[in-house]
Amino acid sequence: MTTKQVRNLHVQTTINGQEMEFLVPPYMSLLDTLREVVGLTGTKEGCNDGNCGACTVSMDGRIVDSCLVLGAEAEGKEINTIEGMATPEGLHPLQQAFLEEAALQCGICTPGFLVAAKGLLDNEPHPSEERIRHWLAGNLCRCTGYDKIVRAVEKASEA
Amino acid sequence: MHPFTYVAPSSVDEAISVLNEHGDRARPLAGGTDILVQLRGGRYQLDAIVDVKNIPELMRVTQDSNGLEIGGAAACCQLYEDAGICAEYPGIIDAASMIGGIQIQSRAGLGGNLCNAAPSADGIGPLIVYGATANVAGPNGSRSVAVEDFCTGPGSNILGAGEFLVSISVPKPASGFGGAYERFIPRNEMDIAVAGVASGVQLDSSGQTFESSRVALASVGPTPILVGYEPGSGNYTDPLAGKPVNEESINHAGKLARDSASPINDMRGTIEQRRHLVDVLTRRTLNKAVERARATL
Repeated sequence: MTTKQVRNLHVQTTINGQEMEFLVPPYMSLLDTLREVVGLTGTKEGCNDGNCGACTVSMDGRIVDSCLVLGAEAEGKEINTIEGMATPEGLHPLQQAFLEEAALQCGICTPGFLVAAKGLLDNEPHPSEERIRHWLAGNLCRCTGYDKIVRAVEKASEA
Repeated sequence: MHPFTYVAPSSVDEAISVLNEHGDRARPLAGGTDILVQLRGGRYQLDAIVDVKNIPELMRVTQDSNGLEIGGAAACCQLYEDAGICAEYPGIIDAASMIGGIQIQSRAGLGGNLCNAAPSADGIGPLIVYGATANVAGPNGSRSVAVEDFCTGPGSNILGAGEFLVSISVPKPASGFGGAYERFIPRNEMDIAVAGVASGVQLDSSGQTFESSRVALASVGPTPILVGYEPGSGNYTDPLAGKPVNEESINHAGKLARDSASPINDMRGTIEQRRHLVDVLTRRTLNKAVERARATL
């Protein structure tokens, strides 16, 4: 028996708390799936090879580079993206702190930094500066020089 | 990217059957942090990707009185988030917690690091010095291969058609054993080793004499190098066995390691720099391994 060739896989997953089903080509990354199939364009493409972290999303509670995950691998998983961070009541404390500390300039890396930082604060509400810098080493920012980002995460962690 | 089919079998036998059917046009998908980059870069083309993460034994990590069993697709974070593993296998944790950033460590594991067989792999040297074996399954049954015999060249390994890595077995370290891994990179994080060294030492009960040792080098040859070992031969000359634990012995091992390295010049470093680094990192990791070994006595 040979393996069936499937052009589009049927995927059932949960994105930002919403159950979802879609068809996705087997070779499409989760990043492209989110942007082009699901229509959530908040997750950004930077390097597309796992170096820059711009495409960071959370999968079953762990942060991952969505460019290095296949859309098909989202089956049965809980995915959380930048679109799920703010609530109708307002911005997430990290988003508010990024605004107040001017922790962004061009903004391409920002969704990735926010999702990654949330992954830290969800598990460790009061990390040290060293811990924050270590945790965010997988996210590159070519504008801010990082200090403002680290200060924003520290501020959100104190909130 | 060449279109491929995605299959996610739930058993080892099913995975073997799909891999065998496609030969070298199929590969297992574990963390995906190497394979998806390589496919996108056009390094090779595949007709099928076999996601092995739905196979329970591939994701399992167990630690008991026999040792540590690391599922072939288990991620680095599964190792360093386990306090028991951190306490007993700190040299392996050194590597698991420095491969890529947190995002990479959520997915990438030592099994994939081994199969990818990059000369610069951080995870392979520590496995070698802890005496680990790779458990492979394939159409002709299962076999176990010492990790030092697993890699055959840059990006190539001993896996035959239809074969894949099911797990890695690491023996339980005896009292008086210590291991450590360090690498040199120009940045603090997120970089590929210019050179890396793993050391493992077994001290006698007084903590003053080396009973046995292993030093394994990364990024200074086509494969990871176990100092004093002729690949595939089983012939191993221990650089430190029977020697007293002192600076002279450790300096001697540093020189042997330096002489065992066969680095190249490339964008990350020169031959001369890498040989020097091997000497320094060997001494540093041996000292750290000794310190950790003494702490178990």
